Amino acid sequence: MRTVNQRDRMAEWCMRALTYTIVAAVAYIILHIVVNGAPALTWGFLTEMPRNSGLAGGIYPAIVGTGMLVFGTMIVALPLGMACAIYLSEYATQNRLTGFIRLAIATLAGVPSIVFGLFGLGLFVIFFNFGSSILAGSLTLACMVLPTVIVASEESLRAVPRSQREGSLALGASKWYTVSRNVLPYAVPGMVTGSVLAVGRAAGETAPILLTVAASFLPRLPQTVYDQVMALPYHLYILATQNPDAAAARPNQYGTALVLLLLVLGVNLAAILIRYRFRKKYQW
Amino acid sequence: MSTSFFELGRRNTDRVARWVFTATASLTIVIVLAIFLFLMKESMIFVREMGLAPLFTTRWVPTSVGDPGYGVLPLVTGSLLVTLLAGVFAVPLGIAGAVYIAEVARPLEREILKPFIELLAGIPSVVLGFFGLVVVAPAIKAAFDLGSGMNALSGAVVLALMAIPTIISVSEDALRAVPNSYRNASLALGASHQQTVWRVIVPAAIPGITAAVMLGFGRIVGETMAVMMVTGNAAKMTLYPTDSVRTMTATIAAEMGEVARGGTHYSALFCVGVILFFATFLLNLLALKTFKRYGGR
Repeated sequence: MRTVNQRDRMAEWCMRALTYTIVAAVAYIILHIVVNGAPALTWGFLTEMPRNSGLAGGIYPAIVGTGMLVFGTMIVALPLGMACAIYLSEYATQNRLTGFIRLAIATLAGVPSIVFGLFGLGLFVIFFNFGSSILAGSLTLACMVLPTVIVASEESLRAVPRSQREGSLALGASKWYTVSRNVLPYAVPGMVTGSVLAVGRAAGETAPILLTVAASFLPRLPQTVYDQVMALPYHLYILATQNPDAAAARPNQYGTALVLLLLVLGVNLAAILIRYRFRKKYQW
Repeated sequence: MSTSFFELGRRNTDRVARWVFTATASLTIVIVLAIFLFLMKESMIFVREMGLAPLFTTRWVPTSVGDPGYGVLPLVTGSLLVTLLAGVFAVPLGIAGAVYIAEVARPLEREILKPFIELLAGIPSVVLGFFGLVVVAPAIKAAFDLGSGMNALSGAVVLALMAIPTIISVSEDALRAVPNSYRNASLALGASHQQTVWRVIVPAAIPGITAAVMLGFGRIVGETMAVMMVTGNAAKMTLYPTDSVRTMTATIAAEMGEVARGGTHYSALFCVGVILFFATFLLNLLALKTFKRYGGR
């Protein structure tokens, strides 16, 4: 019996060691970026135009560009994704159409981001003739985050108890009245936070915008949705790989990486906290 | 909205609402079909001009003036090599992590570990690629005494980091879905905790774990920025981890900016995109089927 017990302990320690290796790796990555990026993070860095191909100056237009892309993605993907989730949760029956829709969502979730880039290039940039623009980039990103928005929203809708719907229907309310008055008000906060979380991912994506919107160096702000913009992830890529003098670019590389990391993790964290608060508010 | 709006023609409102939601949901199917059609449309330029044969060769030198080569095989082997290597790191680590979190860790430990590892999934791939460039590649260069750290191995290490959260999160759900009666029966028969975990619970969760691994692989195959930044991007056929390779995704991302729209090279890149699309589609379909067959949602 003792040997079994000892083997048990050993197996547990092995797994613990492996798990904490992963934890250590995550911590090291984040700390490495934070420690090296913090010195570059000045007010000027955030609010100035880049100079000398980004080696000097700030990253203001890249921050604005990423903000615009995220905003554009949100106003397209949120309504579409939420409506799709309402269909799946409230209206869908087990039929062929629903099966195809579910398969389509799973497929979209698995399509590589660079393939979304190719799609955006083919459809929005060339076929619709939007050119390399905020419009084309936002639409491409919206297609990409759509499945995540749908899954998050559906989860939130399904968390509303059945009795809530049945009570309303039993009183003679119509389907839409039930959904709009007795389901959505309770589900919308969760839908929105889940979706924002999804769109936060879009802020860090590089591959799709590489082909549809991003400019490597453009030290001015966009005027219309048909303009190109700089974006944080693409700016980091350019600084890190396309620069002959990598050492001179290091401070700005780390600074850009840190801003991007803080932005994406900040959005994630905010969404998690808000969701936690709502969960506490509605205890079914 | 006022109440009267709802009462005015409630049957009509109802019908309109149902129609709107159904139509919007169907849009997802339209998008998938549009992706497929546009990939096909743009890659047909190449097929019409050159046929399919040039794609199945081993020379990818599309920019050569006299003798361009459009063989995608080195790109396919590049993607395969990096993906499999990443799997070597990610699968054992991911499964060990999932089992630890689901079966060994105490409740409080679990509540902290899970979101912390999920943070990894939130780090943008370009930031991980940058980390690979400044930390992983130099470390590998020093460890193996190489001329350059930009190779398949460095790429695999970075990609493993991206697959691990997916594998852990999905496997852990599968492990926790195993009914408690299995565990109790095994323990009642005198099996130790670890024997129960590895001979009863893990086998019972294998479909979910398999799906998790496939989803993880799907994520690695499609990853672009991180591999482009650390694998060195030499398009040659090789199976050595310390060689520089170029993946399908990196090829598209690196070359699309410099091609003439509608040209042969442009269309060849869409052909690579078609291969990628189908590879990830099959992986995901397989994961979904494995999941469904064993009662997952």
